[in-house]
Amino acid sequence: MNSNAKAPAAAGKKKRRGASLDVRKARAGWWFILPFLIGFVLIYLPIIIDSIRYSFHEIRILGGGGFELTYVGWENYRKALFVDPEFTTTLVTGLKQLILDIPSIVLFSLFVAIVLNQKIAGRAAFRAIFFIPVILTTGLIGEIDAQNTMNSYMSNMEGIDDGVGGESTAAEIISVIDMENLFANMMIGTEIVTYVVGLVNNIFNIINRCGVQMLIFLSGLQGISPAIYESCSIDGASGWETFWKITLPMVSPIILVNTIYTIIDAFTATDNQVMAYIDGIYGSTGGDVLSSAMSWMYFLIVILIIAAVSGILSAFVFYQRRD
Amino acid sequence: MDNNTRIVKESKNRIRAEFERTPLIDRLRSKFLNLYTIQRVAWYAFRFLFLLGISYVILFPFFSKISSSFMSGEDFVDVTVRLLPKNPTLETYAAVIKHNGYFEALFNSFILSLVCGIAQTFICCLIGYGFAKFKFKFNSLLFALVIFTMVVPHSTLQLSMFMEFRFFDVLGICKLLNHFGVIEEATISLLNTNIPLYILSFTGLAYKNGLFIFLMRQFFRGIPDELEESAYLDGSGVFSTYVRIILPLSVTMMVTVFMFSFCWQWTDNFYTNMFYTSAGPYLLPDIVKVPKGLIDNYGAASNYFSAAARNACGILILIPLIILYLFGQRYIVEGIERSGITG
Repeated sequence: MNSNAKAPAAAGKKKRRGASLDVRKARAGWWFILPFLIGFVLIYLPIIIDSIRYSFHEIRILGGGGFELTYVGWENYRKALFVDPEFTTTLVTGLKQLILDIPSIVLFSLFVAIVLNQKIAGRAAFRAIFFIPVILTTGLIGEIDAQNTMNSYMSNMEGIDDGVGGESTAAEIISVIDMENLFANMMIGTEIVTYVVGLVNNIFNIINRCGVQMLIFLSGLQGISPAIYESCSIDGASGWETFWKITLPMVSPIILVNTIYTIIDAFTATDNQVMAYIDGIYGSTGGDVLSSAMSWMYFLIVILIIAAVSGILSAFVFYQRRD
Repeated sequence: MDNNTRIVKESKNRIRAEFERTPLIDRLRSKFLNLYTIQRVAWYAFRFLFLLGISYVILFPFFSKISSSFMSGEDFVDVTVRLLPKNPTLETYAAVIKHNGYFEALFNSFILSLVCGIAQTFICCLIGYGFAKFKFKFNSLLFALVIFTMVVPHSTLQLSMFMEFRFFDVLGICKLLNHFGVIEEATISLLNTNIPLYILSFTGLAYKNGLFIFLMRQFFRGIPDELEESAYLDGSGVFSTYVRIILPLSVTMMVTVFMFSFCWQWTDNFYTNMFYTSAGPYLLPDIVKVPKGLIDNYGAASNYFSAAARNACGILILIPLIILYLFGQRYIVEGIERSGITG
């Protein structure tokens, strides 16, 4: 009797529990992302809103631990665009430079990742060396490196022969003149030559910004099944053909991810021209609100560029269907 | 069958074939002097030289830093000294350690970076797991917010972030306490303490945490769901499954994220410049200057002298990171390889 009365109740309880598994799992999901949620709502959102608000105000810090805001409307934006003599030109040249840099960073990191993924002597050592910059040459160390005059002094080796020390110009690996002589008879425009020369001379900077992308590409290359390569080589495809027909389509989603990451990284890096300029403005008197206005405009441009690039690239991305 | 081949029956079960072999030189020629081999050799050589060259470019600044930090006063004046110091000295290091307060900065920065690194690792792991494995409402929208935090350049938020922590008040709690007379001012200033960076780390909003969450999410998506389902069937709860099954699986990935967050916090000068004034705790960015104990009287070479002093500071800052990197670098490659990002 007793057990009979209990049984339906237990069954009902069990059934309700089973049905709510998805709900309970969903609730657990909220618990997992709770730290981010709290931080976003309580810290990040006020910061974002304040930043937009400040860009329409003039700010004055009072002595007694407070501050005073005066509404000035679009004044800061007007100042940034029309009064500041250098902002627009810096913005345009900076954006141009970044757009030129992005393909070279993505292609270079893809190439290095492919090479590092092959079987070569000392692969572990090379891998360890290639990931040094992303870990170690950041922020403070990057700043020390940028001011390290010993670096160019040491690479300028002629000094040993003629004994002329002192100031040496930045040591260039190749000069534009050499390259122009080399390419003079080919029908290549000087712009491309200067671009390539610029890349080679900037190689340390590019390697520096490639670290995370190389890691992501490496992981993508590892994800391609070796069976595909094997069947390719059995069918007689050369390495070149394999690259174009297999490797490139398979990593194309990662190229998209990496391109977007590179854009974000390049645009938010503190050492790029526009960011450095905005930082400089931030330090000047009354420039804090002006720099907010400037960086919001800059941010909108970045968003537009990301949208455009991902729109264009996603047309070429190949997704392997996994059934 | 060829005419030259002769088959001799040696015994009941063995035969021997005798034929004229192609001369060795011809065999070698046909083996090595073809397009395929030449292409391969050329590619190998190019690849090796390429890697070697890039490695040189990466390592040279380190070499120059180390070498110049040992240079003594005479070496800066002596024009024949370029790459290696003639009179190596430890004076620069001694002066930096003594006059720039190296150990104090090291200790403060170590505490800060360790707490931030560990917090970011576990928090990003937690958040990434939540986004990867649970289907709840607004999952993709919230993940878009994570990406959003990555896209907004931090100088955009420089002013308001400074103001937020200068006049810190969450949900009006401080105002309330002020109203009841518990604290004196309506807001509290968190500048010159580690609290702003801890808050950012514990909420997954610190430097590049969006990237860490993204990497973690991709990694957890690669772990088959059946693993957790079998744990649930055995009566394990969601959190104990996470702690007992998932975390041990993701050690390599966590080491990777920890190295990134620790090292980036260690060498960070954006947040430290913003949140710490000269009155704050002494951190590593503060020691980068020419130490007082060294006298700069090298005239034209004083440029190199100060560069060398800064290099010595740089090396001192880097030593702990290099040790960490030597132990942890294999995890970086391994961890990322296993994450299996497919876009």
